[in-house]
Amino acid sequence: MNTLPWITLMTFLPLGGAVAIAVLGRKPSGGTRHLAFVFSLIPGLLALMLASKYEQAVLSGTGGAGAAAVMQFVERHSWIPTLGVDYHVALDGLGLSMVLLTSFVIPFAIAATRGIDKGQGAYFAMLLTIQAALYGAFTSMNFFHWFIFWELSLIPAYFLVRIWGGTDRKRAANQFFVYTMVGSITLLLAMVAVFLVSGSFDFATLATSAKEGSITRNLGSKLGWLSAFSDGKGLGVFVFCLALLGFAIKVPLFPFHTWLPLAYTQAPPSTTMVLTGVLSKLGLYGMLRILLPVFKEQAAELATPLLCLACATVVLSTLAALAQKDLKTILAYSSINHLGYCLLGIFALALAPQGAGGGMHDSAALLFNGVSLQMFNHGIIASALFCFVGFLESRPQGCPNLENSGGLRGQAPVLAGFMGVALFASLGLPGLSGFVGEFLIFKGTFGYAAWAAVLCAAGLLLSALFHLNILQKIFCGPLNASWSQFSDLTTEERITVAPAIVLLFLLGFWPQLLVALTRYFGGV
Amino acid sequence: MLAWTIYIPLSAGLALLLARPRSAIVARWIALLSAAATLGLALASVLQFHGSSERLVTIAKLPWIPALGIQYFLAADGISITLVLLTAIAAVVGILFSWNVSHRPAEFFALYLILIGGVFGVFLSFDVFLLFAFYELAIIPKYFLVAIWGSTRREYGAMKLVIYSFLGSALVLVGMVAVYAVLPSPTFDMTAWSQAVFPRSFQLWVFPFIFVGFGVLAGMWPFHSWAPTGHVAAPTAASMLLAGVVMKLGAYGALRVGMALFPEGARFWAPWIGWLAVIGIVYGALVALVQKDFKFVIGYSSVSHMGFVLLGLASLNLIGLSGAVLQMFSHGIIAGLLFGVVGRMVYERAHTRDLDTLETMGLAKSIPSAAGIFGLAIFASMGMPGFSGFVAEMQVLVGAWHSSPTFALLAGFGILAGVAYSLRALQKSFMGSPARASRRERRLAGGGAGKMDPISVPEGLGGLLLLACTLIVGLYPASLLNLIVPALESPFFEGLLRPLIK
Amino acid sequence: MTSVEYLKWLEFVLPETILAAAALAVLFIDRLALRDQSPNVRNLLGSMFGIFACLFSIFWMSQSTVRGVLGPGIVHLTSVTILAKQLIVILAIGALALACESKFTPHLGEFLSLLLLSTTGLMFLVSAENLLMIFLCLELATLPLYILACFDKTDKRAAESALKYFLFGSLAAAFTVYGMSMLYGYAGTLVLSDVALKLRSVAPEPMLLVGVTMTLAGFAFKIAAAPFHLWAPDVYQTAPLSAAAMIAAGSKLGSFVVLTQFTAVALAPHSGKASWEAWFPGSTPVLAILAGSSMIIGNLVALRQTSVRRLLAYSAVAHAGYMVVVLAGNPAGAMAPVLFYAFTYGLTIIGAFAVVSVVQNQNGSSDDAMGAFDGLSGRSPTLALCLLIFLLSLAGIPPLAGFFGKFYVFGEALRSKPALDLLWLVVLAIGMSAVSLYYYLLVLKHVYVFSAGADTPRLHIPIILRCTILLLAAAVLVLGIAPGLVLNQIPGGH
Repeated sequence: MNTLPWITLMTFLPLGGAVAIAVLGRKPSGGTRHLAFVFSLIPGLLALMLASKYEQAVLSGTGGAGAAAVMQFVERHSWIPTLGVDYHVALDGLGLSMVLLTSFVIPFAIAATRGIDKGQGAYFAMLLTIQAALYGAFTSMNFFHWFIFWELSLIPAYFLVRIWGGTDRKRAANQFFVYTMVGSITLLLAMVAVFLVSGSFDFATLATSAKEGSITRNLGSKLGWLSAFSDGKGLGVFVFCLALLGFAIKVPLFPFHTWLPLAYTQAPPSTTMVLTGVLSKLGLYGMLRILLPVFKEQAAELATPLLCLACATVVLSTLAALAQKDLKTILAYSSINHLGYCLLGIFALALAPQGAGGGMHDSAALLFNGVSLQMFNHGIIASALFCFVGFLESRPQGCPNLENSGGLRGQAPVLAGFMGVALFASLGLPGLSGFVGEFLIFKGTFGYAAWAAVLCAAGLLLSALFHLNILQKIFCGPLNASWSQFSDLTTEERITVAPAIVLLFLLGFWPQLLVALTRYFGGV
Repeated sequence: MLAWTIYIPLSAGLALLLARPRSAIVARWIALLSAAATLGLALASVLQFHGSSERLVTIAKLPWIPALGIQYFLAADGISITLVLLTAIAAVVGILFSWNVSHRPAEFFALYLILIGGVFGVFLSFDVFLLFAFYELAIIPKYFLVAIWGSTRREYGAMKLVIYSFLGSALVLVGMVAVYAVLPSPTFDMTAWSQAVFPRSFQLWVFPFIFVGFGVLAGMWPFHSWAPTGHVAAPTAASMLLAGVVMKLGAYGALRVGMALFPEGARFWAPWIGWLAVIGIVYGALVALVQKDFKFVIGYSSVSHMGFVLLGLASLNLIGLSGAVLQMFSHGIIAGLLFGVVGRMVYERAHTRDLDTLETMGLAKSIPSAAGIFGLAIFASMGMPGFSGFVAEMQVLVGAWHSSPTFALLAGFGILAGVAYSLRALQKSFMGSPARASRRERRLAGGGAGKMDPISVPEGLGGLLLLACTLIVGLYPASLLNLIVPALESPFFEGLLRPLIK
Repeated sequence: MTSVEYLKWLEFVLPETILAAAALAVLFIDRLALRDQSPNVRNLLGSMFGIFACLFSIFWMSQSTVRGVLGPGIVHLTSVTILAKQLIVILAIGALALACESKFTPHLGEFLSLLLLSTTGLMFLVSAENLLMIFLCLELATLPLYILACFDKTDKRAAESALKYFLFGSLAAAFTVYGMSMLYGYAGTLVLSDVALKLRSVAPEPMLLVGVTMTLAGFAFKIAAAPFHLWAPDVYQTAPLSAAAMIAAGSKLGSFVVLTQFTAVALAPHSGKASWEAWFPGSTPVLAILAGSSMIIGNLVALRQTSVRRLLAYSAVAHAGYMVVVLAGNPAGAMAPVLFYAFTYGLTIIGAFAVVSVVQNQNGSSDDAMGAFDGLSGRSPTLALCLLIFLLSLAGIPPLAGFFGKFYVFGEALRSKPALDLLWLVVLAIGMSAVSLYYYLLVLKHVYVFSAGADTPRLHIPIILRCTILLLAAAVLVLGIAPGLVLNQIPGGH
């Protein structure tokens, strides 16, 4: 069907762009950002093209029937013979939606970049590298391959925070990096154990053998380890926990979230856009793609404590956000909060029984769609919010906080309007994109763990408070005198942020646009 | 053809030693050309090997001392070729990094060439006696390289290095003469030894002699302490070779002579080796975490990384062993690069290796290309995917899980500690900010910050060459695994691996 | 033995006769014909004459097809003993060559003729298979050495050390002769093989064992094995170069060959056992203790030396220990490794002494402290390289002769029946030889790493001495790479 190795092309285009921008952008000039934007947009457009091709292929059924049809644009070459690793990339609905998100957020972040005066070329090269790493991670169908990109995304992120971050950047970067590395290593160890049992790193193969239950069954016998784990069941849980830790830190799940507020606030805003917009999705994506299919049994077994943690993530992050004054920190906790809904959905999904004919149960499908929608939407909302933060920071007055400002609506009506839309979307106002995903998640979770849904709904209500608080303290009320020189969004800024606002409305009214894609999931 | 990798450096080295050209230019070009020639040979034979189905290519097989059954037997299999390639690369880059040696240059390059000639000899020998002869031949030049051209406590470091090596080879010698004594008709042909199955009780005591003997040079805990001191004392090129190649001699010997020829012993002792390896991994990483001297950080990191090689060996399965060999290659490249950056790029410009002082100099500004190279190298050293270290350590971990999950988990902790010390080194060395330094500190640093020579062409070339190697192998490990795995599957390692293949 | 056939006798001992005649000739020529010449010329001509005689003797031996026993084990010519004689003469040539340009004495004729006489004694010694003959030859070889050791009359220390040498040597001779008399008392014969036959039926009684031990102790004096090594450091340090070379090289080779014969043949019935788990009195435990103590004492004491010659002396003690290891472990197979080891060791030590003496003479005073070697590599690269070769060969680094020698000795020591009997001793030996690298490197550190003071002149090396040193270094290297050159001449070695 496809003659060109589209995915490989899409993955490596940004890398080429990164090299080019690193070389060309050594001297500071205004053109660097535009060039970087173009470099990131080209693969983005390619992704869009793939999306349309995908829908054509799947809907018209030309790509074959059944599960095989879900995976498109497959490329597969032998890679590391000793580990049985193939270079295996493909796209299904979930992957595609994440690729599209990446294609949107990275150019968005590049366009929104302000105030990077040293080493511009290097900065954009890092962002482009992250783009490549994300494309790679969202398209790989093999753990080994996936893991390379998962780690590859970490290195530029580290430098972005370490070099261009705020005053406390060193601590932030180190915490971020070391936390994530801990998770990566435990994940790696877990997957090594799984590899030993199943002899494969291939997602599809792993999912199949997990379905047959052979992974858990064989863990004990093949890993002849400590007698405590002799039945394989306990060992299975142990390995599951190792793997979970990797994702839980990346997303983050309470109590592994402590690196996040510092990193998000210290990173330059455009980096934070990428961190929260797409990098956090990498963890969720990994849970959906790897953790649930491979450790379905263990996840179901541990679902209750995990749901508790998800609830804690949602509720506690809201409370923390309420206690903060600094806009950036509030938004960071808000990110944790929204990712908490995704976690809730994912853990509830673990409870979903196998549907008839191997397909998904109805409410499970609902839940799955909710999670993927929420992932996509949060990516857009969070990046848009941090984009505004960036714009605010680029102004001479700096970023406002809840104490020192007020009444900005009069000074900057456009900013207030745009940011209001984004905040309401984040809050989950029906009609804007945030609502659909959260609604689906709650609805789906109700079927499996009503108590968790109720708890989190409480969190949702609380979260409305801090969103409104921002609107009220910053934009409404009497004008604070020190902000009298405050200027509204420039034309360029408006153009930059407009697509995001459009998307917020579009997906709010027409979620089917995305759900049409994500229902083709080749995993669970 | 491959035998010329031994003859060219040895004869060039001897020629330099005897002729002693006064001009450094002549000496370094002779050295570079002969090293480049060996690299060409190594690459040619890698390509040749990829295409052929032969697993063991005999290069030369002549009777040498027939009375004792000693042969001049040179041969190569995939493992040898891999390490020959590593040596050639490290040799070329080492010379590029010593382009500015001006103190007794002829002797420097002569000893350097003799050292790598000996190393090539070890990797290509298939007669135990010959291997041992080359192995010891490589010891002496190390002493002089370190003692004459070294830095911090060079005489102490050099002597420690040599005495450790020599004690190690003494243990090997004990094993060798013991085998010689029990063989009815004396021979040192390794292929013959691998077929002559020695009695189990004999293997049980000979194996530790040979393995530990070689293990000393591989930096096996607790016999590792020569490595950091030696590496630190050595001049840049020598520490690149020491960490990059000479430590591999030990690991190679342990695999080729120790494990392949005494499989029963290897199986019996493997858990013990595994423990030592894991202790080495964790200990090396933790000690590296608290070092003040930049080079000591890298020195202890070598101990830690060589622990992975030993852990891979101790796993006694195909994946673990191929991972160990791959890790030998990978660590050779990465450690060489790190030592190159520290010893040549940083030390010779900043004139200090004290991390706290370096932190005040903001080196990333004054030598950005060195910072870039080091940044990539340190991530490669951490075991980031995409670099060669990842594939190797991954395979070792898989192998270790297979034999004992405890080891794998502990090694995982070691990787984590590795991340920690790598980050610390990176931040302290290059990413400190000069603004924060007090005036006194800046004066202490010599006031040279910001006025450093840019990275010269040979340095940059060497750095890029090594980076390219680690990336190529990291992204396409099959390039080496296609050599290593068939070698491990060959009859030579049958005794070691066959009983495990179900 | 009814009548003596003098012609046959002459045929057997012609090589020795050549040397003995040469010794007398050198003496007379020097006294009569060269009286008025300058010492340099006399020295040159005299030693050249001696070297020529030696070469002629070697040539004669290589052409001679005479084999067999003369008398009751008086002279037993086999290819092994002839080879041993040749090797001794080669070492003697080395010693003579070093005498070419010595200036310490006006009495050159006497000096050279004593050297040649000692060589003659050693040649007789290696082919002797009769206890009495062995004793006589030992004395014939050693007596000139006593004199040679103190030939430099200007040096008080030389006189002292020679006296020490003489006293210890006499004591050793007494030991040997006493022990032999006991053996004779049990066996009733002097011929080694007959002694073995007779002793086979004798129980290992205490007196017999005392005899064995005393004889071996006597030999231990000659080969400077600890704890009978006390004379060695002084003599090595103070004796004139050629004499020291002869004592360290030729005399050691001869003594070792005959000790090997003695142990392997005469003591075979009472070899005892000295393996880790079982000891049984006899020659093996004695030799094992000798070997062990020599290696330990030699190496450890050498670590603390500052004088290079003393260092070499203690290392000589250690090297004697290594060779005794194979005698203890596997006397039957010991001849080939001992010959190879002793010969290459001889070459090496002569070379090392030569380099040391060059440095010593240059410094005016006979200072052989390590500091005198500072920066030798700059002052004379060739000499430094040769010293490097000699010392590394002593340390046993391939591809030099010392490495193969050690390997052969240790390997053969374990090839006893049953194999690996003396493993502990070999492990000790190998460990000790690793220690030895330390002090050799210490010297080399001075040579290569340190630099000489600014005013230190380039070294002047007399031409013959230079050639000798180069030849010796080349020989050490060649014999390391191609040990077959000597090994193939030894029929006993596999």
